[in-house]
Amino acid sequence: MKLVAETISVNRGIKRVVQDLSFEVEQSEALIVTGENGAGKSTLLRAIAGLLPLDSGSVDLQGGKEELLLREQCHYLGHQNGLKTALSVKENLEFWQNFSGEPDFAIQETLEIVGLAHTLDLPVGYLSTGMKRRIAIAKLLITRKQVWIVDEPTAGLDGASSKMFIDICSAFCDDGGILIAATHLPLDLKKTKSLHVEMLDTYADDAFDSGLDT
Amino acid sequence: MIALFKRELLIALRGGGGALTGVIFFLCVITIVPFGIGPDLKLLSQIGPAVLWIGALLATLLGLDRLFQQDKEDGSLDILVCQEHALTWLIFVKCIAHWIVSTLPLVIATPLFGLMLNVSPMGILASMVTLFVGTPAITFIGAVGASVTVTLPRGGVLIAILVLPLVIPVLIFGVLSIDGAINEPQPFTAPFLILCAFTLFTSVLGPLAASVMLRHSAD
Amino acid sequence: MIENTKNNIGIWARLGAWLTHMANPTRFMRFADRTIPYLAGLSLSLFAIGLYLGFTAPQDYQQGATVQIMFVHVPSAWLAMMCFSVMAVSGIGTLVWRHPLADVSLRAAAPIGLAFTFLALVTGSLWGKPMWGAWWVWDARLTSVFILFLIYIGIIALSRAIEEPTTAARSLSVITLVGWIIIPIIKFSVKWWNTLHQPASVSKLGAPSMDAVFLYPLLTMALAFTVLFFCLHFMNMRNEILRRRLRVLKIKSGQLGKGSAV
Repeated sequence: MKLVAETISVNRGIKRVVQDLSFEVEQSEALIVTGENGAGKSTLLRAIAGLLPLDSGSVDLQGGKEELLLREQCHYLGHQNGLKTALSVKENLEFWQNFSGEPDFAIQETLEIVGLAHTLDLPVGYLSTGMKRRIAIAKLLITRKQVWIVDEPTAGLDGASSKMFIDICSAFCDDGGILIAATHLPLDLKKTKSLHVEMLDTYADDAFDSGLDT
Repeated sequence: MIALFKRELLIALRGGGGALTGVIFFLCVITIVPFGIGPDLKLLSQIGPAVLWIGALLATLLGLDRLFQQDKEDGSLDILVCQEHALTWLIFVKCIAHWIVSTLPLVIATPLFGLMLNVSPMGILASMVTLFVGTPAITFIGAVGASVTVTLPRGGVLIAILVLPLVIPVLIFGVLSIDGAINEPQPFTAPFLILCAFTLFTSVLGPLAASVMLRHSAD
Repeated sequence: MIENTKNNIGIWARLGAWLTHMANPTRFMRFADRTIPYLAGLSLSLFAIGLYLGFTAPQDYQQGATVQIMFVHVPSAWLAMMCFSVMAVSGIGTLVWRHPLADVSLRAAAPIGLAFTFLALVTGSLWGKPMWGAWWVWDARLTSVFILFLIYIGIIALSRAIEEPTTAARSLSVITLVGWIIIPIIKFSVKWWNTLHQPASVSKLGAPSMDAVFLYPLLTMALAFTVLFFCLHFMNMRNEILRRRLRVLKIKSGQLGKGSAV
């Protein structure tokens, strides 16, 4: 199984963010996306996760489940956690477990992994930013997906929690997962690749860009 | 999908206020009418069913911006649209859940408000039935409005502007059926069935149009 | 028969090819620059003929001179509806073929449609006062046209509210198509409501068969309005394209951050 992106281009408005980018991520491998702020890391990740349309090119998961699209086999963790503050941690996790994919770890177990077992029945609204982020990370574990796409996963986490996240990632990769992460954290995994996203100074082929000479 | 349905109901229960705001707004509309037109009971009983419908319609419009906005803000929407469930179906379920928490209380409150407006028992029953059957259509059309304004920080008013003209048929047939139920020569079945048909029609059209919109609304 | 079908396919294929050809705004600009003077001239001459015929038409024995309002009123009502259909087709163009000019066309048509709808409502009201004794009657036609007016306002409000052109194009297309499907329903429902509540409604065009002295000026005026619509539509599309180009230029020169409107 491998994730293959072929000459993908992504636009944001008329600005070209990613131009003819190709990469491959093998099973058990992690792709670390780096780049300065505003270079388009998040846009690239959202495009891979199927949340933004590709302007050209294609992203495929070769050897994945035939009947599912790539976006359906991904866990996407963006800047927001996707948690409801009104519901308890348990209810939040239960929902995502029932809603998408096949269940993997039990909820209690995942909470122990992220070190928040005691928060099971607390409303998410009571938790601190870092704790919410850890719950969002626990969300990656409760259902089994082949690909994780995580965007600044350790934002708001302290050193110990970041370490914990690295452990989770390395366990996931050892288990045959594909990880794509935008992070500045040194992810100490066995097989990593890095991809540097450059800030582009080009524009999309916008229909309204032409004809200034007439 | 059942999980989504349960979640929506639970959030509404916990979040509190949502359902009640609608009922209170409904009550406000009902209370204002006698002040506006005078306390003539005969007149009130005549226009009562229509006032009930207008109140319920406005109260339903009020809550529509919550349909996708909160999921958009906390990032749930991104994950929801990515899953293997059909987006149209997902929106349908969300609409039903939204209707149950924000509009069904209005239907339940109708008898009380009907009494305040001196509507006859038959009129109250007819109001409840037509509201029960007709208001889902408002939510389904509202889903389209909510989906096109989901990227806007303050879409509430815009949703009302967009949705209000489109739900006028619901209002017309709703009031017509009540009229048919109270006043003998007028037919009840025909407008009522059209009301049902309209709800069924929008239950397909609304989620379908909203799904076209939401698929790439992720900005 | 076979010849005819063949011919039809030929027309559609040619139309498709032409639309693809027009996908380039520069090409469209050139096309608009060439055609607008002709359209304007044609519209003006048709208006001259139509207005002349209209004013010299004999007075109706029932309605008197007010019947002449019809020559403005009916064409604007027709155009109000045609304009919405043009917008709906543009909406399909955006959603299905992603034609870059479809969105421009939709946006450009909306204010024109609003203006025609407004004209239809105002002239209808002026006509209604002497005929029905009231400025406004909740008659089936009036009400459905009024709803159309509200839908136009909604669409224009939405087009102003969303800044990012691609998102706006999608939103506008979706809401226009939903609105377009619902218009016949509105028309039908209001009509029915009317027959139940106001059995003695005044039929707009009077007798079902219209005399030629009224029909010819009416048709001429309808044609004049149609040509005027396309003329204004092309002009407004040209403006919209220029507005887009200005936006692109501003973004490129760094004057405009992402997300701010032109």
